[in-house]
Amino acid sequence: MQATATKLTVEEVSKTYRGAGGGENVAALREVGIEIAGGEFVSIVGPSGCGKSTLFNIIAGLVKPSSGRVLLDGEQPDDLLGKVGYMPQRDMLMPWRTVLDNTTLGLELNGMRKREAHKVALGEFERFGLAGFEKQWPAKLSGGMKQRAALLRTFLAGRELMLLDEPFGALDALTRAQMQEWLLDVWQEDRKTILFVTHDVEEAVYLSDRVYVMSGRPGRVSLSVDVNLPRPRHAEVTMTPEFLELKQKLLKPLEEAVHA
Amino acid sequence: MSSPNHRLRRFSERVLPPLLFAVLVVTLWELYVELGNVKESTLPPPTAVAQAIWDDRQLLIENAWVTIKEILLGFALAIFVGVGIASIIRASRRIERAVYPWLVVSQMVPIPAIAPILVIWFGFDLRPKVLVIALVSFFPIAVNTIDGLRAAEPELLNLLRTLKANAWQRFRKAQLPAALPFLFSGLKVAAAFSVIGAVFAEWVGASEGLGYLILVLNNQTATTEMFAVIVVLASIGITLFLIVSLIERLLLPWYYESRETEVEGLELEPEEIR
Repeated sequence: MQATATKLTVEEVSKTYRGAGGGENVAALREVGIEIAGGEFVSIVGPSGCGKSTLFNIIAGLVKPSSGRVLLDGEQPDDLLGKVGYMPQRDMLMPWRTVLDNTTLGLELNGMRKREAHKVALGEFERFGLAGFEKQWPAKLSGGMKQRAALLRTFLAGRELMLLDEPFGALDALTRAQMQEWLLDVWQEDRKTILFVTHDVEEAVYLSDRVYVMSGRPGRVSLSVDVNLPRPRHAEVTMTPEFLELKQKLLKPLEEAVHA
Repeated sequence: MSSPNHRLRRFSERVLPPLLFAVLVVTLWELYVELGNVKESTLPPPTAVAQAIWDDRQLLIENAWVTIKEILLGFALAIFVGVGIASIIRASRRIERAVYPWLVVSQMVPIPAIAPILVIWFGFDLRPKVLVIALVSFFPIAVNTIDGLRAAEPELLNLLRTLKANAWQRFRKAQLPAALPFLFSGLKVAAAFSVIGAVFAEWVGASEGLGYLILVLNNQTATTEMFAVIVVLASIGITLFLIVSLIERLLLPWYYESRETEVEGLELEPEEIR
């Protein structure tokens, strides 16, 4: 791995939601710290309700932290909205747009002309396994294809840092494995910085350079593990002792987090 | 998708059964009247009704034109008021809380009872008819549009925010297209209501139109001719409904085609099980 500048720094970020109707305040995140270098693939694993989504919303600029800072390229922007690519858990493809028009959404909002945006997007359709489906409605796509279309939309928006919130969570095991391998291939080619949320430890180890384990509540980072498996990786790597050891290491604090 | 084979199947599955059913009902009706010696002033046979439509075509066309004009104006006003109210209500929570309950209450007021008052205010011209039609048909449009403007997923709106979309772009690219199928559902219901409204309005005070014609024919116990008028009225309602559906298909191909897949999938299953 070449040494690259820090892309994202999450510094001591806490978030407390005020209880509704005078109820008790809910602490969703407590002093979470994360760092990602440019071109890194980093995952966060944690049980449901550990504040993963809150953290994502904060980094995307949708939610303001109660305290702490989020730095991009070492600086704190006034507004994070529009600076970070964001792929929500469900594909959120617009049923009234064709697959092609869905993928160009970000380009369109950046002010690119429709014709040009189409040209740019079409250049990626092959790589994203969507060739031949340009003019289809999203309803006609399979689950895996929907996710790839949503990913292409996120890629084309052109942000260097992308947040992917359990993109394969709803897929069957076989499709899921294919999608993981495919995502690694795509990422390998242009090395965008990716922050990936999942509750699947195996998926996290397989994809990432580093894995953070979050535990709730309030959500905080309880462990950070570097994954030094060689790249490019293929599915066989999941059978190696190194892989299993890493998996073991991550599962332990997760189980504790669940039982706590 | 639209292979000749597919179209033929579609025709035999969707179009043919209701047509055959209609032919059956009309035939039984005709036989019942002929064989049962039913008086024509009680129940005229379908053939006599058809004959009456042909014989009185001049009268029917003239009066239908009057009623169609009322319906189109009233329907247009209903769309304007319905969508307007929905937009205002959706613009602010406070307005929604203040107005929404009264919108529902307004539907408890029997509109036909208001019609005579409107005649007192506006006289016998076009205005009270257009108002009655708009009053009976704006509600489904308003309620559906209100629901529709809520239909865009919050997650999608958030996604648009992370793509730097401003409020207008979020409305234009997500909330409006998500609302349109709801709007069209409202329009279809309203299309049916508008014909009812037109007949009511003409009963209360009119000197022409199909509703008025029914009153006159009723006084003469001209049952066959009354049936003829009813057939024309129904045709107007059906045509309006079909026009709205056609516009919907042209404007929202995605909605129609995405739905069609599901419906056909469901229809296929039982055959495959056999």
